[in-house]
Amino acid sequence: MEWTVCSIRDRIASGKLKSREAVERFFARIEKIEPQVGAFLTLLKETALEQARKVDEKTASGQPLGPLAGVPVAVKDNLCTTFGPTTCASRMLEHFTSPYNAHVIEKLLAADAVIVGKTNMDEFAMGSSTENSGLKKTCNPWDLSRVPGGSSGGSAAAVAARMCAAALGSDTGGSIRQPAGFCGVVGLKPTYGRVSRYGLVAYGSSLDQIGPIAQTVEDAAVLLNVIAGHDPRDSTCVSEQTAPVPDYTAGLEMPLEGLRIAVVESFLEGIQTEVRQAIEEALRLYQKLGARLVPIQMPHFEYAISAYYVIATAEASSNLARYDGVHYGYRSPRAGDYIEVYSKSRDEALGAEVKRRIMLGTFALSSGYYDAYYLKALKVRNLIRNDFTRAFEQADCLMMPVSPTTAFRFGEKTADPLQMYLADIYTIAVNLAGVPAISIPCGLDRQNLPIGLQIVTAPFTESMLLQIARMFESQTDWHTRMPVFAAD
Amino acid sequence: MAEKEYTIVVGLEIHVHLATRTKMFCGCELSYGQPPNTRVCPVCIGMPGVLPVMNRTAFEHAVLTAMALHCQIASFTKWDRKSYYYPDLPKNYQISQYDLPIGKDGYIEIPEEGGGTKKIRIRRVHLEEDAGKNIHDLGGYTAVDLNRAGSPLLEIVTEPDMNSPAEVRAMAEELRRIVRFLGVSEGDMQKGHMRFEPNVNLHIHRNGQIFKTPITEVKNLNSFRALEKSIAYEAHRQYEEFLETGQTLQMGNKKTFGWDDVQEVTVLQREKEEAHDYRYFPEPDLVPVRLTAEQMKELENRLGELPLQMQKRFENQYGLSAYDAGVLTAERATAEFFDRTVRLGAEPKRVCNLLTQVGLRIANELSVRVDQLHITPESLAKLAKMTDEGLVSATGANQIFEQIAREGGDPEAIAKERNLIQSSDSGQIEALVDAVIAEQPQAVQDVVQESKKAKKALGFLMGQVIQKSGGQANPKIVSQILQAKLEALKRKF
Repeated sequence: MEWTVCSIRDRIASGKLKSREAVERFFARIEKIEPQVGAFLTLLKETALEQARKVDEKTASGQPLGPLAGVPVAVKDNLCTTFGPTTCASRMLEHFTSPYNAHVIEKLLAADAVIVGKTNMDEFAMGSSTENSGLKKTCNPWDLSRVPGGSSGGSAAAVAARMCAAALGSDTGGSIRQPAGFCGVVGLKPTYGRVSRYGLVAYGSSLDQIGPIAQTVEDAAVLLNVIAGHDPRDSTCVSEQTAPVPDYTAGLEMPLEGLRIAVVESFLEGIQTEVRQAIEEALRLYQKLGARLVPIQMPHFEYAISAYYVIATAEASSNLARYDGVHYGYRSPRAGDYIEVYSKSRDEALGAEVKRRIMLGTFALSSGYYDAYYLKALKVRNLIRNDFTRAFEQADCLMMPVSPTTAFRFGEKTADPLQMYLADIYTIAVNLAGVPAISIPCGLDRQNLPIGLQIVTAPFTESMLLQIARMFESQTDWHTRMPVFAAD
Repeated sequence: MAEKEYTIVVGLEIHVHLATRTKMFCGCELSYGQPPNTRVCPVCIGMPGVLPVMNRTAFEHAVLTAMALHCQIASFTKWDRKSYYYPDLPKNYQISQYDLPIGKDGYIEIPEEGGGTKKIRIRRVHLEEDAGKNIHDLGGYTAVDLNRAGSPLLEIVTEPDMNSPAEVRAMAEELRRIVRFLGVSEGDMQKGHMRFEPNVNLHIHRNGQIFKTPITEVKNLNSFRALEKSIAYEAHRQYEEFLETGQTLQMGNKKTFGWDDVQEVTVLQREKEEAHDYRYFPEPDLVPVRLTAEQMKELENRLGELPLQMQKRFENQYGLSAYDAGVLTAERATAEFFDRTVRLGAEPKRVCNLLTQVGLRIANELSVRVDQLHITPESLAKLAKMTDEGLVSATGANQIFEQIAREGGDPEAIAKERNLIQSSDSGQIEALVDAVIAEQPQAVQDVVQESKKAKKALGFLMGQVIQKSGGQANPKIVSQILQAKLEALKRKF
């Protein structure tokens, strides 16, 4: 674990390593590995070296360093940057550069991080395999014939293949946790409102949240320290008075005594056997560490996917209306009048899944259907929220799989979108409830594919969530495993 | 034919631009007439990833206006997205309010001819963001100017309670007075601060039956005059159309007309009301707005007396004409300044004349409010008293007012300094009167003999005395002495 965020940061701070060396080392790996993995849409070597040079100057002159000084990180391509394009992996924004930096980008830069590139994703974050990218194919470093998961597939693959120390992703229905699970790395979705969404290109505004993908729980905590906190530009971002931002690394090594873990028996039914076994194994380990299992019911969980695909698509249909070829982005050269500027530009530049979701959402909001779909979905959402509230009255956390299977093969689920949607059953309810959740590596299946354990806690208890995750990590070595392909 | 065979029925949809410093959901400055696309930022041009942040002042302005319109104020309200595609709407949805408007079920009281008032019911008042502007007259293409995009816009919808062009105009003017009085809008129709879109139809009474003509919505009205004229024109046009076609109001036969300001006619724009589905849903990027009882109270206190109430009070309490009271209550600053001055014991009509004839002129010239001039209610009250007591003439008072307004100072000191104190020394004045009587035998004779010219002659003699005094003799005392002397001469005669 020589190239984790913490290790790099410490070595740079103590003068043992130059940021430039770190950047060059990661770019050397990128040159070797990236052609087969395809994690990045844009590589930012020049700006990265420039950022590294500044850090090295600071170190040399003894100036104070930010908490990510000199650490090479990657960011998902739906986070706006003024350097390099922000494409959302869509042909619509293929040549679009943002006039401003996202809040989290400002935070990363202020923390002296080095941004090595922007990672591939499902177009506008709609998907669970990164196969919906309109611009590139990303492979799972553990098995190049398999998907990395999605929608933050590029970020997860880049971290798994150690092409960056850590990365940022976004999670609307599991888009951080599921690819982290498929790629054997740590993925954290913070509480809704913990991290400002300003500059995150919106998919489902009431569900979207930015979070870290990292090699270790501690790295995730360090990144969360940097990106969490109030931002007046995001009205849904919680104030420091309501929820102060603690130091998420503090107490990380302290095991929790008498931990109560909620489990839902049915969640382990009908899933890949090895996934089930790995989760059960993890639970046994926690029990060995003094935890107690609390069997609970989540009666409305089964409606989560239906509610999600109404709410997320309704919001998306409105959020994506601005990509119309008028002000920026792709404009069809075949458009005659302004109606055709809309219809042809959108038809030619948006992918099938994006169109499918826009149509679903448009339909759900249409006059005469609103009550039956959107309003009903909001009611279901409330019930699901209540399920979680009740769970956290009885237990400190909820544990379950990240997804029912390990990484699947390319094309395996593309023919049947519903099958793809259903695989997100364990991650989606978490977004509907707005609660924080983490995915940590907890095993490998027979084909040597990573399995993820998902831990969920109450709103704004990321400290405890990270502590719980660290308890497992400190007792196991799954997080140290690397895809053979990407070994040094 | 009956005197009035039909009733005109008009409801208004009104858009008022709020005079905040910045836009509704971003920090861009509100502007008018600036070069295109120079008052914009990523938020108001709908760049990917941006988020709106509510302008609290705009919200308060909206609540104040809704309160002034006697609406029920929502203590819990939220934002909704209204979806439609148009190039001047960068996000292709407008942030607006759908099912929980800031205000509902209110009314506005408008002055009627003959001194009474009429209540026009207000259906709803809600806040939204304005769109930009498409510019079509550039040749072969259309350009979009987004300076206006995201400006706070108040929408007010009335019930169809107006029944004449004059009433519609009175409603519009009263609303403008209210928003200016509250300081929530400049209310300039030419600059588009207020847009009125009337919905007009006729209820035609015939053979004991009522026939309703199809509703037309009239757009493109840039002045109160155009608003009034368009209603009269529409009434006439709809009546003729009814006589010709017999067409009555049906679902979906609402038409949209545009007002041609040159020809003074309405021109058909859209035959059928398009069935819009705006797909409203709650704006997920903004949190709901709650108004606490304390905040509500604080806004109510800021609301104070409404202009029409104040006008009526000035008429009844101070005996001012409707015209004078109307001028004084056009702006809150003027009205309150007047009220405070009068409460200090000054004579209302005197204060009104000074304020409206001199005060407003100078304020207008300096582009400030009356209360921002150097004159205070205290010094104005003193000046009014000095004038009433004859210490200074009315003309002198105007000069003193102007100097204090521009530079400040005490009325008495200025009157002395500028030699505007009128002489009330009867000995001195008596001497002048005697001199004039001696110099003007013809005029004296006209008065004494009570000829036809007597009144004119008396005025002439008065003028002569005041002229001799260099304008400083107190006219009251001059008149007293002159009349006494002439009476004596009459008796002698």
